[in-house]
Amino acid sequence: MKRLIDWIDQRTGMQGVLHEVLFERIPGGARWRYVWGSTLSFCFFVQILTGLFLWMAYSPSANSAWESVYYIQHEMTGGWFLRGLHHFVAQAMHVLLVLHLLQVIIDGAYKAPREVNYWFGVVLLMITLGLGLTGYLLPWDQKGFGATKVATSLVGIVPGVGPALQKLVVGGSDYGHHTLTRFFALHAGVLPGLMIAAIAAHVALFRKHGITAKQPYRKPDANFWPDQVLMDGIACMAVLVTVVYLTVRHHGAELHAPADPTQPFNAARPEWYFLFLFEFLKLDFLTQWFGHHGELVGAILIPGAVMGILAAMPFIAGWRLGHRFNLGFLSVLLLGAALLTVKSMRSDASNPGFQAAVAQARTEADRVVTLIKTAGGIPREGAAALLKQDPAIVGPRLFAQHCASCHRYGGHDGQGLVSSEPPSAPDLKDFGSAAWLRGLLTPSQVTNLAYYGGTKFKTGKMVRYVQEKLPKLEAKHPGALESLIEAVVAEADLPVNRAAAEARKPLIEAGRVAVTTSFGCTDCHAFRKADDDATAPTLTGWASREWMVRLVSDPTHADFYGQRNDRMPSYLKDGRLSEREIGLVVDWIRGDTDPAARLKPVTAAR
Amino acid sequence: MNASPDSAPRPRRRFLTEAAAGAVGACCAGVPLASGLVAWLDPLSRSGGAGDWIEVADVASVPTDGTPVRVTVISGRSDAWTREAAVPVGVVYLRRSGPTDIVALHSVCPHAGCFVDYQTDRKAFFCPCHDSTFAVDGSINDPRSPSPRSMDTLGVEVRGQSVWLRFQNFRPGIPAKVALT
Ligand code: FES
Repeated sequence: MKRLIDWIDQRTGMQGVLHEVLFERIPGGARWRYVWGSTLSFCFFVQILTGLFLWMAYSPSANSAWESVYYIQHEMTGGWFLRGLHHFVAQAMHVLLVLHLLQVIIDGAYKAPREVNYWFGVVLLMITLGLGLTGYLLPWDQKGFGATKVATSLVGIVPGVGPALQKLVVGGSDYGHHTLTRFFALHAGVLPGLMIAAIAAHVALFRKHGITAKQPYRKPDANFWPDQVLMDGIACMAVLVTVVYLTVRHHGAELHAPADPTQPFNAARPEWYFLFLFEFLKLDFLTQWFGHHGELVGAILIPGAVMGILAAMPFIAGWRLGHRFNLGFLSVLLLGAALLTVKSMRSDASNPGFQAAVAQARTEADRVVTLIKTAGGIPREGAAALLKQDPAIVGPRLFAQHCASCHRYGGHDGQGLVSSEPPSAPDLKDFGSAAWLRGLLTPSQVTNLAYYGGTKFKTGKMVRYVQEKLPKLEAKHPGALESLIEAVVAEADLPVNRAAAEARKPLIEAGRVAVTTSFGCTDCHAFRKADDDATAPTLTGWASREWMVRLVSDPTHADFYGQRNDRMPSYLKDGRLSEREIGLVVDWIRGDTDPAARLKPVTAAR
Repeated sequence: MNASPDSAPRPRRRFLTEAAAGAVGACCAGVPLASGLVAWLDPLSRSGGAGDWIEVADVASVPTDGTPVRVTVISGRSDAWTREAAVPVGVVYLRRSGPTDIVALHSVCPHAGCFVDYQTDRKAFFCPCHDSTFAVDGSINDPRSPSPRSMDTLGVEVRGQSVWLRFQNFRPGIPAKVALT
């Protein structure tokens, strides 16, 4: 062993290097306040390592990036942990950088002769921010996509070269494959390469000038090894434990649903360490003072000036009170950033629209995983295609867009937003169920806003029937109303009722008779047979998929409201929605969203 | 080498510190390294699907004179995240070995995995990579063939009017026929 070491040493001088690394002198002995630089190096080391392993599973293209990250997160053994480490260490790095910078300023370690070393530190700060920014897009999920879109459009406001620069950053005039390949090359190649070079220079200069020892010395001088190494190690361990805790607690990093440029995503926010900038750009004074140059000033000039002052700090320190100014400037900067971050978080917390968007984003993220697991994989078109065919996701979205200006769904617009306007059409939650129909047939409820209250039918025949005739009929035929409801609801064939349909058969049969005879429904409605002089919507197949799709397609059809239709648009006839879209809304309202029933796992077929 | 003024008189304490520093360092490096390795080793815990029965051809399409016919096997396939319902997964030769018997020969050469071609004029299989030749029944018909075994046969069943196949791939380069998982 000794001979081997000697052999290598004679050819490489390895021991000398090692000796220099480990036995650098620390005046005044090891201290906890010297650990920050090492924790940052450690973080970078973890990022390189986890990043390389993630790279082995990541596929940078617009229709495979999300899918590959999904695979890492949900399929690969320990993939979520690996990804979580990478994610949270990145966050830790930003925190530690700020602490390191703070300490360097407080201890005066940026002053002559260490200016150049300090500048390398500022460069490292910018590279780290760049890594955070580029990394955020790579999963190609709604969150990263939305946030990065904002960031890249800010590039476009740079005077003169802005549009060209933006095109270069994005890799075209729109987001796509080359956005990802470019961001990925920056994130995994260019920036880490620059970082390694900058760290090397930073550490070399640090060695050249020695540590900025804190006076007074409490202990005799010592070497880096082993006391300071142990302290550094413990500090790194503390970082690691924190990061592992966060990773396990959040089950890795969040992965939103795949990006869909055709859908608004109102929950888009940058990573939390950029929130202050995001909030800063929203401050009124920018537009008040600078008009339409506000963005330019807020996103480019002011941050640029701040970076300039940071870089100039070693010179400023040369003036009288310069060091005090630097300290004050940094404190104000950090305090301001902290306040803006808090402001941003608080305004989001009290914004119901944002909260609904976040909840919706979570639902979609969970749903797409369910869909993939049910289908046994992702189709070649990508995971977004699965969501686009899913009534549970598309249904409420279309409902909110096209139906919720008149209808409600459980009081809200389908996506959880409650309007202050009263509805002008029935609430369609549970439409087709016995509970819904029973409500309609209850004299005290039929003119509620959830039923006919908002429509012109409020004073119509049906309401008069329910309020005047029905109570008498009910008294005359006790129990018959229940069987009538069963019979009409059986027409809907809702998925929830299918299991019990067999057992209800006798009741349904009795109800069918009641519809045509004792209760006289067929005086106006058709029921289970053609009826040319029916004047009200047909009850044949009432609330079934076909019935609903036809009604939505054209409520003015003679089978439905005909001439009496009250404001309801003919969605298919007027070209407002396609048949497929109507089907998705209808499936959602009918609760026909079980992926197991809709997506058969793909099997071989010739 | 030991230049530290405070540690020279207390070797025991120094040793403990050194050991602790080493252990902590190893732990810090070990956690990320291990988490990466675990994910990287993931393929070892996955198998490639255990040869489902696939319908590949009509019985009538297999020549009655014993000439092999080349058939593309269409099947569902998973490639990491992508799941496809029907894509080509391989090519086999079907051939009648008797009035009612059909055999299937894998088109992948057992030597090093090249595509084995059927040459109608020579009435034999030929692999262009290293010149292995096989008789029409798949057996090695030239002692100079580098292939260590005959062409691989696959499980075949005739169900009604169609030929069903249990499609698998086999490890090349060894005398034994071992299915790849
Ligand atoms: S691969 Fe066929 S002969 Fe070598």
